Amino acid sequence: MKILKLPKEKLDLFASVVQQFGELHAPVEQDGRYVFKRLTRWSDARLEYDRTILPPKKYFLPPREALFRYRPGEGFVPNTDGLDQRIILFGVHACDVYAINILDRVFAGKYKDPYYQARRKNIAIIGIDCLPDKQCFCRSMRADFVDHGFDLFFYDTGDYYQALVGTALGDDMVLATGNLFEPVDAAEIDDYKRRSWNKRRAFQVDVEIRDLPEIFEMEYQSEIWDELGEKCLSCGSCSMVCPTCYCYDVADDVELGSRAGKRTRLWDSCLFASHALVGSGENFRGSRSSRIKYRFYHKQRGFVAEYGRPSCVGCGRCVSACPVHIDVVQVIDRLRRVEDVASR
Amino acid sequence: MLLADEVSSHHPVLSDNPYQPHMARIVRIYKMVENNHLFTLRFLEDHLAHSFRHQPGQFIMLSIPGAGEMPISISSSPSRPEVLELCVRRVGRVTNALYRLRTNDVVGVRGPYGNGYPMQEIIGNDLLLAAGGLGMAPLRSLLWYALDHRDKFNNITLMYGAKRPEDMLFREELTALVDRTDINCLLTVDADPSATWKNHIGRLPSLFDHAKIDPMRTYAAVCGPPVVYKFILQRLLELSFPKNHILMSLERRMKCGIGKCGHCGIGYKYTCLQGPIFTYWDAINLPEMI
Ligand SMILES: Cc1cc2nc3c(=O)[nH]c(=O)nc-3n(C[C@H](O)[C@H](O)[C@H](O)COP(=O)(O)OP(=O)(O)OC[C@H]3O[C@@H](n4cnc5c(N)ncnc54)[C@H](O)[C@@H]3O)c2cc1C
Ligand code: SF4
Ligand code: SF4
Ligand code: FES
Repeated sequence: MKILKLPKEKLDLFASVVQQFGELHAPVEQDGRYVFKRLTRWSDARLEYDRTILPPKKYFLPPREALFRYRPGEGFVPNTDGLDQRIILFGVHACDVYAINILDRVFAGKYKDPYYQARRKNIAIIGIDCLPDKQCFCRSMRADFVDHGFDLFFYDTGDYYQALVGTALGDDMVLATGNLFEPVDAAEIDDYKRRSWNKRRAFQVDVEIRDLPEIFEMEYQSEIWDELGEKCLSCGSCSMVCPTCYCYDVADDVELGSRAGKRTRLWDSCLFASHALVGSGENFRGSRSSRIKYRFYHKQRGFVAEYGRPSCVGCGRCVSACPVHIDVVQVIDRLRRVEDVASR
Repeated sequence: MLLADEVSSHHPVLSDNPYQPHMARIVRIYKMVENNHLFTLRFLEDHLAHSFRHQPGQFIMLSIPGAGEMPISISSSPSRPEVLELCVRRVGRVTNALYRLRTNDVVGVRGPYGNGYPMQEIIGNDLLLAAGGLGMAPLRSLLWYALDHRDKFNNITLMYGAKRPEDMLFREELTALVDRTDINCLLTVDADPSATWKNHIGRLPSLFDHAKIDPMRTYAAVCGPPVVYKFILQRLLELSFPKNHILMSLERRMKCGIGKCGHCGIGYKYTCLQGPIFTYWDAINLPEMI
C-alpha cells in the first residue's frame, strides 16, 4: 500500500482540492455532539470528534429510501434518485470503516443489493485515526485498525498526517493536489508505531471475545435476559445508532387519488414488538427479553457463525444512546463472570 | 464511452435488481375453501413464463401494487411449468388486497427463494408427507413432483388432516388420489357434521395406524400449525426417525426474501436463505426455532 504524509498545515488546501471529487461531508458540532453533515465551509469540520450520533451507514442505507415507483401499466420502476451522487465522507473513524466493510458483506453475496452498492461506489471515504474514550472497545472487537474499505486513511503523527492510500480514487485525490503529499521516511514510520502503541494503552475498556459464541450458547437460558427485558423499553435507539445494524422494513403506499404508488424501505429494529410478528397472529419474539437476547445473540454469536466475527465493532454508541443504560460491555462481562451469572 | 442515457440503463438498480418484481397476470381464481383461494399466475413476459424454475418447497415474494409484498409458497409442482399456483389464506393487509383483485389483474412476482426440499437426498427413498390445515400449500408442490416422477421414489404416503371436509385444501384432487395404488393417500377430518365424508374421521396422528412406515428409508416432510408439528414430531420420534430425515417448513416474517432485511432470523440462520425447509436436527440446534 502506498504510504505518504501530508503536513498538517496543508490539510485545508487538500480539503479544497478534494472537493472536485464530490460533495464534502464531515463531522460537525451540533449541541455539543457530532453529526456527519454536508460542509458549507471547511472550518466547520471537527476532525477531533469522539463519535457521531448516527454512524456513516445513513449514507449507504438511508433511514428512508424509495426502492420503486409503481405505475399501472408500467409495473415497478426502480428508483435511482440520489444513487449516483458523489460524496466524500471526510473523517471516518476506523471502527466505522470497519462497520461499513461488514455491511458490504451483508449487502453482497448471492443477492447483491444494487442500491447499497451504487452508493458505496459513489461515496468516497477518507478515514482518520482517533484515540479511545471511556466507551470505546473497538480494540477488543478487533476494529481499531482497518486495512481496506477507505480511499485514504489519515494518521495523526504530530506535525504530519500519515496517509494510507487505499484505492485508485484515493491515489487520484493525492495526485490532484500536485505535490502536497510527501514520501515518509524511517523516523516517521517510528512515529506511527509510537502513536499506535499509545493508542493501545489508552483503552479503558476491554472485553474478551475469544469464546464468546460458546458462552452465549451456554448462557442462553440465563436470567440476565429476563432482567434486561424488564429494563429495555423497546425504543430501538440502540439499533438506529449502531453502525452494523441493518434490519429494515418495507412499506408500500399509494399516491392520493391515483393507483400509482411507491415502495420504501425504512430502518427497523429487532427490538420493536412487531419485528417477528406474522399474519396468523403468532409472534416469535413477543417478549422483550427474547428480543434483547436476539439482538445480543445475533451480533455477538450469530454473526460469528455466518461471517467469522461478531458484527459489533465496539463503537460505544448504543451505550450512550440507551435511555435505561443497558451497556453491551457490562452484559458481556456478566455473562462471562462465573459467580455473577444469575442462572445459577 | 457510454452516453448518459446508456449509463443509466446499465445501472445495476435497473438491470440487475434482486428486489425487482416481474408482473404476472392472475389467470384463474379458484375458491377452494372460504378465505383460502387458489390463484394461478402467468408472467406477462413469455420468456419468464418459460424460464421460471423452482424446487418443491421454495417460495416467491408476491407484490400486490399499493398494498405490499409477502412470501407465499409455490403450491404447483416444477413438473407443471408455465404457470404458478399459489394458495393464499386471507389474513391481513396484503392478502386482503389480493382478494380484491379479479382475473386478469396484475401482481408482481420475484423469486423463487429459499432452499426448497433436498430433492437429491430424498430421491430413491420412501416419502411421507404430513400436513395439517394450510400446511398442504407447500407440500402440494412436493406431492405432485413425486407423483410426476413416480419412478424416482419408493413408497409415498400422504397424511392430511383438516377440521371439516369443507376446510380441506385441494379436496377434489386429493380425494381422487385415495384409490390410486402408487400412493397411500390418507385424509382425515376432525368432524363431519354433514355426514358426507367417506375418508377417515379423527385427529391427524391417528392416521399413523393406517400407514406402513420404515423410518430408516423414509424422509418425512411435515407442515402445519404448531399443534401439527408437536404431535407429528412426537410420533416420528417414537418411530426413531433420524432427526435429519424430518423436514419442516417454517414461517417467519419476511420483508426481502434474500437475506438482507433481518426479519426472518432464527437464532443465526435466515429462514429465507437457509430455510424455509429445516431438518428437525437444525431445529433442536437453533434456539427459538420451534
Ligand atoms: C416461506 C413462507 C411461505 C408462506 N407461504 C404461504 C402460503 O403459501 N399461503 C399463505 O396464505 N401464506 C403463506 N405464508 C404466510 C404469508 O406470508 C402471510 O400470511 C402474509 O405475509 C400475511 O400478509 P398480510 O399483509 O395479509 O398480513 P399482515 O398481518 O397485515 O402483515 C403485514 C406484513 O407482515 C409480514 N408478514 C405477516 N405475516 C407473515 C408471515 N406469516 N410470514 C411472513 N411474513 C409475514 C408481511 O411482510 C406482510 O406484508 C408464508 C410465509 C412464509 C414465510
Ligand atoms: S452494538 Fe453498540 S458498540 Fe457494538 S457496533 Fe453497535 S452501537 Fe457500536
Ligand atoms: S436503546 Fe436500550 S431501551 Fe432502547 S431498545 Fe435498545 S436496549 Fe432497549
Ligand atoms: S426475509 Fe429478509 S432476511 Fe429473510
